[in-house]
Amino acid sequence: MSYATQKLAEEKVFKDPVHRYIHVRDQVIWDVIGAKEFQRLRRIKQLGTTYLVFHGAEHSRFNHSLGVYEIVRRIVDDSFSGRPEWDDSERLVVLCAALLHDLGHGPFSHAFENVFGLDHEYFTQQIILGDTDVNEILKRVSEDFPQRVADVIGKTYSNKQVVSLISSQIDADRMDYLQRDAYFTGVSYGHFDMERILRVMRPREDQVVIKSSGMHAVEDYIMSRYQMYWQVYFHPVSRSAEVILTKILHRAKALSEMGYDFEQQPTHFRGFFDGTYTLNEYLALDEGVLLTYFQLWMTEKDPILSDLSNRFVNRKLFQYIEFDLAKDYMKMKELELLFKKAGIDPEYYLVFDSSSDLPYDFYRPGEEGERIPIHLLKPNGEIRELSRESEIVEAISGKRRTDHKLYFPEDILTKDGKKKALKKQILDLLT
Amino acid sequence: MIEEHAKIVQFIGAANGITGRKKLQKMIYIAKKLQYPYKEKYEFHFYGPYSEELTLRIEELCNMGFLQEERQDKGSYVQYKYQMTDAGEHFTQMAQVPEATRDLVECINQMKDKSSRFLELVSTLLYFDYLPKEEQIEKLHVVKGKLNFTKEEIDEAFTFVMNLMNERAIQ
Repeated sequence: MSYATQKLAEEKVFKDPVHRYIHVRDQVIWDVIGAKEFQRLRRIKQLGTTYLVFHGAEHSRFNHSLGVYEIVRRIVDDSFSGRPEWDDSERLVVLCAALLHDLGHGPFSHAFENVFGLDHEYFTQQIILGDTDVNEILKRVSEDFPQRVADVIGKTYSNKQVVSLISSQIDADRMDYLQRDAYFTGVSYGHFDMERILRVMRPREDQVVIKSSGMHAVEDYIMSRYQMYWQVYFHPVSRSAEVILTKILHRAKALSEMGYDFEQQPTHFRGFFDGTYTLNEYLALDEGVLLTYFQLWMTEKDPILSDLSNRFVNRKLFQYIEFDLAKDYMKMKELELLFKKAGIDPEYYLVFDSSSDLPYDFYRPGEEGERIPIHLLKPNGEIRELSRESEIVEAISGKRRTDHKLYFPEDILTKDGKKKALKKQILDLLT
Repeated sequence: MIEEHAKIVQFIGAANGITGRKKLQKMIYIAKKLQYPYKEKYEFHFYGPYSEELTLRIEELCNMGFLQEERQDKGSYVQYKYQMTDAGEHFTQMAQVPEATRDLVECINQMKDKSSRFLELVSTLLYFDYLPKEEQIEKLHVVKGKLNFTKEEIDEAFTFVMNLMNERAIQ
């Protein structure tokens, strides 16, 4: 028996709060889960700073990755197996891609990537193809197997149907994170009838379609995406924490460039400050490492770095106001000047944040070569785009809601002390 | 982040309007690959490199009134045209974005003259620019097999990129 088809003597199961059980029968899958690069995902939270708002949201990318694997396993083993439109020889590659699709995420993914100009997709590819335990395991299947897995995750694999199971507008990734994030945040949005959707998924050339009888379950799924975005993912307080986190990293980088003498040398960050990082340095980072630095930086001499670190660790977040850039752009310029006069650096303490800074995707009906839309399979074999059949989805996908906020440290401005009149002037402008 | 919004408005202003969402996506991607300073994150999708971040940013700019979107019904499909508004022009001035360089304007004009199919070809080849040329073409046929790009089109795409790079002085 080849390694690719080797089964465990006994099925292994992981207890899971979303899917009840995650079932593993393939030796390859079991070995990949045990690889140190995959275990690292236990130390990266799925929702970054959201735990500072929804205290239950401490779940990791490890949980989510297993969940995506389980959904894909159920699709290929229970729904697709034996159907003429599905090629069963793709089973292992799609299961591995499902398991490894988030492998390259770094600590507090979005903030860290933005500050250092990184891309987790690049690191996912590097870990799968580089000198790692994961690569060594995948290569035992066949020499080209790591590349095939990387291509599925990178969406450049020849079989688009396989890609669409991991990455499309109704894929295993979204179906898991919506339910998982809803469960751990405790919100009542995010729930939909996944069982029904899995039953009505059908493999077709280049894509996966949904039998039109399952349209209402899909409507629920689209509504969940919409609600979760505004209620959880783009929660203004969670954004405030993310703004502070970003500014801590910006400040540490700026200080390093200025030759500042850190009391606690930022050894783990050096390669990221000057762009000379290696894959091993990237893999050595996790959220535990970052939080340890933030703790230590609370006592740094630099007042900005210590203040921002304090704010993050002790959850003293920035206040915010709705900010209409079109109307209030000159006000922003005025505020920047007043902040400088008051001795508060606007670079770190006056931050404009937009919904496009956190691009969780809305449903898009695929006009003009955007993303491939969700297609419904009618009883007569005709394929129709979802929003043309569903009034609910049409209403949501036509709406453009964007959001802009201005973040600032209200506590500094209201504190008694010097430049009281100036600070009052700032507060008047902000309220 | 305001600068990133302003740079997009400036790009569309320098092009004197852009017709087609796909075209706009590919133009910014190609400019980014030519090391012009655009920060929108791209991933590979069915139609080639695509940035959800850019799509959202364009929507925001339309909502703010800095860009105008015109929906054009072409019968079997819908096309969107984007133009910079007076408020958008004022915004780019206030945001103090450096004026578009002559080579960027030239690059934008050359891209604008091309079809979205051609720009899809160019951006897809650029997406695989870490591969040797033969493998780049092989990968193109894997991911875009159905578009049946001819040898002439592929040669033209490579020449187009080379010319843009020469003007940008990237080797």
